[in-house]
This record gives sequence, C-alpha cells and structure tokens, in this order.
Amino acid sequence: MKEIVRIENLSTGYGKQKVLDNISLKVYEGEKVVIMGPSGSGKSTLLKSIVKLVEPWSGKIFLNGFEVTSPNIDIRKIRQMTGFVFQNYNLFPHMTVLKNILLPLRIVKKMSKENALKQAIKVLKEVNMLEFKDKYPLQLSGGQQQRVAIARALAMNPIVLLLDEPTSALDPDLRDEVLNTLRKIANEGIAMIIVTHEVDFAIDVADRIVFMDKGRILEVGRPREIIYKTKSDMIKRYLKSIHVG
Amino acid sequence: MIIDLEFFVSILPYLLEGIKITLEVSLTSFIIGFIISSIITPTRIFLKIPFTLPADSYVELIRGTPVLVQLFIIYFGLPSIGIYFDPLWAGIIALGINSGAYQAEIFRSSIKSIPESQYLAAESLGMSNLQIYRYVIFPQAVRIAIPALINELVTLVKESSLVSIIGVTDLMRRGEYIVASTFKAFEVYIVVAIVYFLICYTLSFISRKIEKILKIPGYERS
Repeated sequence: MKEIVRIENLSTGYGKQKVLDNISLKVYEGEKVVIMGPSGSGKSTLLKSIVKLVEPWSGKIFLNGFEVTSPNIDIRKIRQMTGFVFQNYNLFPHMTVLKNILLPLRIVKKMSKENALKQAIKVLKEVNMLEFKDKYPLQLSGGQQQRVAIARALAMNPIVLLLDEPTSALDPDLRDEVLNTLRKIANEGIAMIIVTHEVDFAIDVADRIVFMDKGRILEVGRPREIIYKTKSDMIKRYLKSIHVG
Repeated sequence: MIIDLEFFVSILPYLLEGIKITLEVSLTSFIIGFIISSIITPTRIFLKIPFTLPADSYVELIRGTPVLVQLFIIYFGLPSIGIYFDPLWAGIIALGINSGAYQAEIFRSSIKSIPESQYLAAESLGMSNLQIYRYVIFPQAVRIAIPALINELVTLVKESSLVSIIGVTDLMRRGEYIVASTFKAFEVYIVVAIVYFLICYTLSFISRKIEKILKIPGYERS
C-alpha cells in the first residue's frame, strides 16, 4: 500500500518546552488513523507538524513522498495536498459558506469560477449543507459550521484529511451530526488522521489507534486491541476517565 | 438672561463660513494621517525589532506629547531652521502628523485583534502571506477599525479648533472675533459649541450606519 505520511523521529515544541519527543509514524493510502491520549500529550501538535503549522525541531516528515521538513520545499504546495479541520472550525466569518469554500479553490488551486462552483456545490452536498450556502458562519450552529469546515477541507481534493478534535467544541446532540458526516467520508477511501476522544467513532472508523502520552507514542494497534485489551495502566486510566471500560 | 434669537441668526452666516475651514482642516489632516498610517502600519506588522523602531518611536512620541505643542513646533519652531508654513497648512500638517500616529495605532490593534486561528486556517489551505492579509485579515480588520477611525475624525474636528490659536479663521476663531466686538461670550460660544456638536453628531451617525452595513451577519449571536 502506498505511504501517504511518514514521520521519522520528530521532536518539536513551543518556546523551550518540548511537546513531541522522537515520534515515528506511517500512514497509508486510504487508512484511517485515530490519535488518542490525554490533554497535553501532543496530539494536536503532531497533526499540525505534518503541514508545518508547527515548526519541527528535529526529525523528518514526508507527505506523498515530498519531504515537508526540507528547507527547500514550498510548504504551500504541501498544504494544498491536505485538508485540515480545526476544533473551533476556523471558518472565515465575513464570507458566506459558499465563499469560504470558493476562496481557496479560486486563489490557491487557481480553478476557474465555473469549476470552483461545481466543486463547492459537490462538497456542500456531501456534508448536507448546500441549503445553507448563502448563510454566514456565525448564523450556523457549531455542528453546521464544522460540516462546512469539513467541506472546505474536502474541496481541495486532499490526499489526507487531518482532523483536530473535530467534535470537542460541540454539544452532544451536535456531535453526532459531525461524526456521521465523518463516517460517510471515511467510506470514500480518503486517508484520515483524526485526533479525537470519541471511542465509539474510533472503533467504527479507525484502522489503527495511536495512543500518545507526554509527547511519545505509547501504543499503536487495532482499535479493539487498544480499547479492550491494552495492558497499559496509563491507557486504562485514560479510557476510564472518558467513561470507557 | 434673555435669549436674543435675532442675534443668533445674525451671527450664523459669519460662523458658517468658518465651518468650511474647520472641515477643510479636519478632513485634510485626516487624509494625511491616513496616508501616514497606511505607510507605517505594514512596517509595524511585518517587520521585527529593531526595524519597527522608527515607526514605533513616531507613534509613541506623537501620542506622548500634546497636539498644541506639536502645532507650535511646526508653526513657531520650524521657521528657525528656515521652514515656513502659513497658519492653515501648519495646522493641517500638525494635525495630520498627530492623527497619523493614532490611526496607525487603530490599524495595528485592529489587525492584531484577528484571532490566530484565522491565520492558521488560511495557512492550512495553502494561502500565501499576501493572500492571507488581503482576503482574510484586512476585510475583518477594516470592519473593526472603522468605528475607531470615525471617532478619530470626530476628535480631529474638535482638535481643529486649536488652529484658531495661530490665526486660522475657522469656526472657533470667528466665534472669538464676534465675542471681541459684541462681548456676548456666552451666547456666541454656545452657538459655536452647537455647530461643533452637529458636525460631530452627524459623523457619529454616519459611523453607526457604516458599522451596520459592514456588520458580519450572525455576529450579534456569537
């Protein structure tokens, strides 16, 4: 299977504080990888490092064969190959839903107006948000905003979708609509790396769970092996804290 | 005290002539200030210390000294090194330089108030720095800046009365002339105050309208 993301001995942090310590991980074409772990374990930093939204201190990252960490790489070209979904949606509030999706297609992907519009409508249909295309983000619920953010990421035709706690800012009833959207997308064969605490979702969707603690990978395995058969006290404690097991 | 309506009506035309000068001074110095701030804001946003020092020093020096002192330096001080301005232009330049510092501060704080998450989202989509500012940051920052900018214009209208001290026949100076010949200080300055108030109130009204037009839909709910 084709390797989409390869992380080799990555260390990084903020200021002088180390957040990731010697992380290595591979993600393959179409694979769904869920990253779990307690707060402050470095999950989001790992995700951001993949597209250099956080500068790596040492180690290498490859995306579709291109070395992200190389000083000669055009990082904007790398970012265009990925779709990033943030915890707080991060839509542009001064633009309509449609414009949020059209903007990167027009100015980054340089698509024609007609093609960009076709693509935007296609992804909005996919997340069931087409009827809200003329609304502004702040006129929508959190769940709806997150679905638009997913559509915006999908519109770029990414080879991997990076999702940073896509449901943790949402109320339980809004969470399901986002998770169901993600389940639908997961069936379409795109590689996904998802930082989440949603265990049921991880069991349903993930091919592997990567469990992190204190900036290191503690365990990698199939979801049921990690959730139900782990020998790690740390993971058991974490699962207990989120009411599993 | 008996309000002499006839007197009010008789001085109005003379005072209204002064409004032209007041508006000319305020608007021209606002535009000069806008040009100055448009030049120095990018240097303060994009450059790092020590390259921001000249712009930062200008802003701090101007904000830290009275505008009247700045006016006197330009009108009375500069001639000693051979630079002369007539009173009107000395006033416009002094207020323009003064306003530039305040406008620069308005722009800087408006841009800085856009959350980091907006930059991250734009970067994650592969936008260049120029695209991020053009399409994401500036359109939001301008909305934040407009009420403060119009407030700055209101301040300028009021501060423009200082140019009367160096002999510009603006609204204030004309009021002084009338007082000198009629000794009706109370009535005259009340009329002058009402005229200033009407100008400023109109500007505030326009500001609220613009704010309403540019408001981001749904913002009031969040």
